[in-house]
Amino acid sequence: MTTFVLLTVTGLGLAGLYFLVASGLSLIFGLMDVLNFAHGVFLTIGAYGTWWFAQQVQVGGQTTTFLVAVLFGVVVGAAVAALVEVVFIRPLYGQHVGQILITVGLALAGTALVRAMFTPDARAFPTPDWMDTTTSVFGAAVPNSRFVAIGAALAVYAGLLLFLRRTRYGLIIRAGVENRAMVTALGINVTRAFTLVFAIGGVAAALGGAIAGAYFSTINPEQGGGLLIFAFIVTIIGGLGSLRGAAIAAVLVGLLQQYANFYALVGAGDLIVVLLLALVLLVRPQGIGGKALA
Amino acid sequence: MSAAPLLQVTDLDVLIGESHVLHGVSFDVPEGAVTALLGRNGVGKTTTLRGILGLVQRNGSVRFDGDELVGLPTHEIVQRHIGYVPEDREVFAELTVAENLRIAERPDSEPRYDFVHELFPRLQERARQAAGTLSGGEQQMLALGRALLNDNRLLLIDEPTKGLAPNLVTEVADVLERASALTTSLLVEQNLGVVRRIADHVVVLDHGQVVHSGGVPELLDDPDLTRELLGVGTGGSGRTHSTDSTDSTDSTESREATP
Repeated sequence: MTTFVLLTVTGLGLAGLYFLVASGLSLIFGLMDVLNFAHGVFLTIGAYGTWWFAQQVQVGGQTTTFLVAVLFGVVVGAAVAALVEVVFIRPLYGQHVGQILITVGLALAGTALVRAMFTPDARAFPTPDWMDTTTSVFGAAVPNSRFVAIGAALAVYAGLLLFLRRTRYGLIIRAGVENRAMVTALGINVTRAFTLVFAIGGVAAALGGAIAGAYFSTINPEQGGGLLIFAFIVTIIGGLGSLRGAAIAAVLVGLLQQYANFYALVGAGDLIVVLLLALVLLVRPQGIGGKALA
Repeated sequence: MSAAPLLQVTDLDVLIGESHVLHGVSFDVPEGAVTALLGRNGVGKTTTLRGILGLVQRNGSVRFDGDELVGLPTHEIVQRHIGYVPEDREVFAELTVAENLRIAERPDSEPRYDFVHELFPRLQERARQAAGTLSGGEQQMLALGRALLNDNRLLLIDEPTKGLAPNLVTEVADVLERASALTTSLLVEQNLGVVRRIADHVVVLDHGQVVHSGGVPELLDDPDLTRELLGVGTGGSGRTHSTDSTDSTDSTESREATP
């Protein structure tokens, strides 16, 4: 029982990480038709931004320093995401091959840049002491970083839902995901919404990077790319453009990986997730929350 | 056409993929009047409206109140107080009726909710309902309401009675008549009864070119000319026929209303 609880909470924590990356990917593709292979770089920048700030600056106690460092990493991640949209993506709207080439190039260049600046070695990630300890849940000693990942994902999910449902830009983004041309035909400059969505994706991914650092206790330049693969799987299973679908898919993928790796054999988790992806593509190609394909 | 043109379309050319859809289309839309854009299916009526709005790549000139629109992005064209009711409604299915109207609000214009709800009380009743769950007629009301929410100077209305039951055609025609009394309109319409009732001028397209323009009676009171240009007869002044010669019989009959 304790093992099952530990696997479940750990799986949900992993699901939180996947959701943080996949939510931005899903919104970006849903609104802009851009498959952003550079999204993992935003995660890496968030992780290294947090790590760098925490090394340089002490603000009050451990928790305060960590929170301010995360905020710094998130702001840098969002700024880089917005810059990428304005400089590299905007000239390539509607040119899918060009978008794929530029975002793959950015992913490679970004990772190489981080490697050059901070060395390829894994770095111990600074977290408050309480995050390295455990909390007993039905007898299982669950690391607190798992709860942080779950909490961050829930907060981002709630924040995105509030933003999408209660603000004018949220309304524009929801409408744009359905029919971008009609949004412009109502007199709305949708390119501003594009930049905003990229920045929001950058916020979520950079937060994911900081939380991933706490979750795995270390960061490395390839971490963003590694998580991006599963985030893509979550995005496709969840349905492109669907936040709710991404959330459900993230939980499915996170839990399946944990259970399969423990109850079957190590490595089976990744295989079973790929099989789930294949099954969804065969049975429901639009994904869990996606609209039926024409 | 005595009034000064509000919209001047000159040598409008549109290529979509390999298809040359419009070949130098030129016509004027006089201010304060309703101009009906007619023609058989596939002659470029919808493309003309989309070309005016910049929703398709085009060459030529589109002047609105003297200002050139070609080269401007669509949202800037619409912000010059141009309302658009697209073919097939294109309401946002996942958004509620209220949200579909709210997104059409413009910062420089006081939204006319009272006017829209007076025209379409059902939109108020169904404000919290997802637009995708509305009937076709209600979706058309929403598409019209979205365009009428703002105090526009020009309305571009694409087949507003398409696929509607006869009683709804009459209801939509009533609304169009009220709206067109307030706003200059360019109307693509297959139902010649609606055209006769609402329009002041007609422009007929064929194979992406203007083949006729003039007053409504000049065309519709001449059965031979109507048959030649539109492929249908008017059957006299009271009876109306769809110009949609390629539609099924059922579809065509559904548009034969006498609003």
